[in-house]
Amino acid sequence: MTLALPLRPVKRGTCPDAGEEKARFALSPRQVWGLLFTAPYIAVFLAFVVFPVGYAFWLAGSPHLYVELSQDPIFLRTVVNTLVFLIVAINAKMLIALFLSGFFMQKRWWVRVLAVLFVLPWAVPSIPTILSVRFMLNPEWGVINTLIFKLTGDDGPNWLNDPTLALTLSMVVHVWKSLPFWTLILLAGRLAIPHELYEAASVDGAGRWHCFRYITWPSMSTLYVTCTLLSMIFSVVALSCKKQLTGGGPADLTHVLATLGIRYLRLDQVGLAMATIVCALPLILPLVYFMMRRLSR
Amino acid sequence: MTTRGFMRGVSAEAALLLVGIPVFLWTLIPIYHMFLFAISPKDAAFSGQLWPDHPTLRNFEIVLTQKHHFLYNFWQQMWNSVAISIATAVLTLLIASAAAFAISRLRMKGGRLVMNLALFTYFIPAAFLAVPMYKTMGMYGLLNNDWALVLAMVTVASPYAIWILRQASDKLPVELDEAALIDGASPFQLFRMIYIPLMVPSLIAVGTYALLLAWNEYLYAFLLLSRETAITLPVALGNFLSADDSPWELLMTAGFIYALPPAAIYYAFRKYMSSGLTAGAVKG
Repeated sequence: MTLALPLRPVKRGTCPDAGEEKARFALSPRQVWGLLFTAPYIAVFLAFVVFPVGYAFWLAGSPHLYVELSQDPIFLRTVVNTLVFLIVAINAKMLIALFLSGFFMQKRWWVRVLAVLFVLPWAVPSIPTILSVRFMLNPEWGVINTLIFKLTGDDGPNWLNDPTLALTLSMVVHVWKSLPFWTLILLAGRLAIPHELYEAASVDGAGRWHCFRYITWPSMSTLYVTCTLLSMIFSVVALSCKKQLTGGGPADLTHVLATLGIRYLRLDQVGLAMATIVCALPLILPLVYFMMRRLSR
Repeated sequence: MTTRGFMRGVSAEAALLLVGIPVFLWTLIPIYHMFLFAISPKDAAFSGQLWPDHPTLRNFEIVLTQKHHFLYNFWQQMWNSVAISIATAVLTLLIASAAAFAISRLRMKGGRLVMNLALFTYFIPAAFLAVPMYKTMGMYGLLNNDWALVLAMVTVASPYAIWILRQASDKLPVELDEAALIDGASPFQLFRMIYIPLMVPSLIAVGTYALLLAWNEYLYAFLLLSRETAITLPVALGNFLSADDSPWELLMTAGFIYALPPAAIYYAFRKYMSSGLTAGAVKG
């Protein structure tokens, strides 16, 4: 800023077109500089995105891999799990986030304090908290089953050994972890809505539902859909979550596609690992295409 | 205030509390559970009490002085995490600010293409790049080398960084560049003396983002590093689990120590983070 200010009068003193003309004249050195400045990123992109992905497709090229994959009894279960995870967990999470973003709009001191605390799950690394949850759910010593035993005298369920329960719980952990982030984003969206709209509506006697239906939702729907899609793309990989919570789970029944890929990799079946990933592309690519069209304007 | 107005106020407050209290419990229980283990003596941790009878800092002492055979490399692993996070943040800042400068300020030809490629990378979930990345790092001979993780994290962090920085720098007035160019500044001087100082708030946001991303990363660290002295803390914590006799109270203590820096950094830079990082999302 300090440098820029003394420069300004110089521009005003010259003909207004001079800057543009100079820019056009300096076009080619400028392009060279542009290339120099982008070169590091392009190098990273080529070495760590293009080459690995190209290599992956080359490895995943042979059709027999897919036959083998589809014959793996875990595979179908994995696809179903992935879809359930995407549809149930993400939508539930976004609905809660939409609701809570309204809650955090309230101007009370304790709501503000709560908003600061609320971000903790997102701000702390996932591994320690997942381990904490995992231990809470331990069937013998975990605090939850101890509590159930104290209250009812019965043994609680073996949480992480039941495929359905384990998948549900990994979704719950996923929601716990990423809810704050999306709530913050939606809150920012809500704050951007001009307050006069609500005042006008309340003069007209609109209730809370009408305010939401006719003011909040129309202004937020694009953002909401964008966030839901983004969250879906990112969550095809809600991986560190699942891996540490259930480790693929009882008899490999809670895998999603990403964890299955890693499992094959650990078993040294690289071709199968890559093929698993290629199978996830039909799920991801439409979402990515849609998001690119939305964001690359 | 009339009685009716008062009653309405109370019921509104009650409705808010009805949401607020569950949110409070939901957020804090797993974290509190971890903290409880960290300050409990070994046997008391399993009793299910809300506060231990004899809170102790013994677990912290054991972890910090590496007195358990799971923890012999605790400080080495902590150092790995620190070094990798800082290296990732610095490299991401350099690469992304240079690229954003070229795309937004120099308006280079093909800048749009670079931006779209970066966005596309951003949308490839990190876990899907992980398997190919593992194989290629093996080919480059970088497995078990901390640089492998740094480079992988830079690859994952820079697309979002470029996108955020480009949006921020599009808002700077064009006149600044033109004036400097008339004064005979080279693009590099423009970058160093005008662009970087003006972008400081966004750079802090992006740097913090990259730092936390690398600090919190588990999957890539787990795949790319395996030697006991090369791994980062989260991988070490994960390895605890593979043993039958895992000392849970120590695991929780180490996890708690590991979780403190990112939380502190986040709260320190909260202002920059929320304005810098959510701006992009809201605009979309």
